[in-house]
Amino acid sequence: MTAQLYLDGVERSFDGFKAITGLSLHVRKGELRAIIGPNGAGKTTMMDIITGKTRPDKGEVFWNEKVDLTKTDEAGSARLGIGRKFQKPTVIESLSVEDNIGLALKTDRSVFATLFARQTPAHADRITELLHLVRLADERARPSADLSHGQKQWLEIGMLLAQEPELLLVDEPAAGMTDDETMRTAELLRDLAGTHTVIVVEHDMEFVRALNCKVTVLHQGRVLAEGSIDHVSANPEVVEVYLGR
Amino acid sequence: MTKLIDRRMGFFLIALFIAVVAIPVGNLAIEGKPVASYVVQLSGKYLCYALLAVALDLVWGYCGILSLGHGAFFALGGYAMGMHLMREIGTRGVYGDPVLPDFMVFLSYEQLPWFWLGFDQFWFAALMCMLVPGALAFVFGWFAFRSRVSGVYLSIITQAMTYALMLSFFRNEMGFGGNNGLTDFKDVLGFDLQSDATRAGLFIASAVALVAGLMIAKAIALSQLGKVLIGIRDAESRTRFLGYRVEGYKLFVFVVSAMMAGVAGALYTPQVGIINPGEFSPANSIEIVIWVALGGRGTLVGAAIGAIFVALAKTLLTGWIPEMWLFALGGLFVFVTLFMPRGVLGVIEESWAKLRRTEPVKEVTP
Repeated sequence: MTAQLYLDGVERSFDGFKAITGLSLHVRKGELRAIIGPNGAGKTTMMDIITGKTRPDKGEVFWNEKVDLTKTDEAGSARLGIGRKFQKPTVIESLSVEDNIGLALKTDRSVFATLFARQTPAHADRITELLHLVRLADERARPSADLSHGQKQWLEIGMLLAQEPELLLVDEPAAGMTDDETMRTAELLRDLAGTHTVIVVEHDMEFVRALNCKVTVLHQGRVLAEGSIDHVSANPEVVEVYLGR
Repeated sequence: MTKLIDRRMGFFLIALFIAVVAIPVGNLAIEGKPVASYVVQLSGKYLCYALLAVALDLVWGYCGILSLGHGAFFALGGYAMGMHLMREIGTRGVYGDPVLPDFMVFLSYEQLPWFWLGFDQFWFAALMCMLVPGALAFVFGWFAFRSRVSGVYLSIITQAMTYALMLSFFRNEMGFGGNNGLTDFKDVLGFDLQSDATRAGLFIASAVALVAGLMIAKAIALSQLGKVLIGIRDAESRTRFLGYRVEGYKLFVFVVSAMMAGVAGALYTPQVGIINPGEFSPANSIEIVIWVALGGRGTLVGAAIGAIFVALAKTLLTGWIPEMWLFALGGLFVFVTLFMPRGVLGVIEESWAKLRRTEPVKEVTP
């Protein structure tokens, strides 16, 4: 079994605090994986390591078995096809909804290419398509600062999809969404799995249940349990550190 | 093209065009000189400041890089032109040395230092007034942006940069005339710097440079790269995770801006007749920030208006009550920051929009 994303024995500490302690994680291509864990379990640090924002002290991180992700930076990982959505919706507030998607579209990212870039009809069509998908077609020309919290979450998901990533790292997508929006998000992520690899970090157990996928429980910077949601919720250790609060 | 000259830019260009025609005509062509010669000279100086403000607005307003050292790029451009003007003096100097400027003879230099070579050619000096500031910005930005120095830390080191340059240029051993700087220029391209016609020509050249600077900055802001810059300003890490190498973009815009500031300095030197290390003073760089904030950050035209407005106020106030100028400047900055966060241009445009919205209502009410 080959892993698209392969982490082995990863360690990372910050000023003596061990955020990640021997983390190993293998995610197959096209898999949908949920990662849960209490605060401080190392979820964000793990994503920082995968995307090249933070370098591990020890351990291996490989992408498609060939590319060493410990040697790349954020932009590098994005260009390899790793898209990341932040916990707090982060969009470019003073640009319009359309321009936000436009910036995310998969194009040449070099300085001079963007200086002389022309908007083609194909780009405009792709933007329209994505805006329909995230139900923001009516907001196209509005500054994204005017959007509601939930709409910003959707816009960021739209930007993620515009990048055409192979792997989506999604940090608490359901935060601040209504129940209806939450279920639609779960549905969208399930649809994306298969053609994309999707890793979702989440607190909301209802949401994780709706994803209906393999769950990894992190605790104190390593994997505590792995399996279906019913399997991990039956694990007494997991109940103690996370579910039993 | 229509996007490049929007309404705000259009109004400004019309006003500038009127000034460019009226001031030289009033000075040169009309009997009795309704426009005094010093007004031409001052106006030219203001336009150089306006170009400098546009340069700063490009990095600060669009990319969020608050440079407190832009005065250094301006001064380097000014020195590059000053060196050419020194060499133009030739045997007309006090010591009459055909090659060495007066201060070098005075400091008993045997020969011209290597970095003064080539400055006898105008084209070389014109090139250097862009390349030297550009190169400094490139080296400085390369290290700062790669190490991800940003925010106040970057502001502080840009301030340190200009301060360090000021101290070095004060030293006679640097070979740039020490604290007297470069002065006593005679002519440029064969035209007498004291003549009214040359002054009018320099004023027009400054206006042309300002328009070119505005157009370049506007074109950058409107391009896809301009949107990336706004992305960096508003959400730097988001932009990185979209796959943009932020440091490359910052470096590009910082270098373009420094070159623009260098051109402003090069036009400034012949018009004021002197360039000295005081131009590197940190306070000068901070004043540029005030111009931009006052005019309206991120509007380009606003930056130019802010610079002209403050420079004009400075000329008038330092004439009437010299000791009050710094208080007035400080007070102005506090007032604008508190009550006009979008600057003068923001206030004008908001009230204009309000006026237009209330017009139909007025028609209904008797």
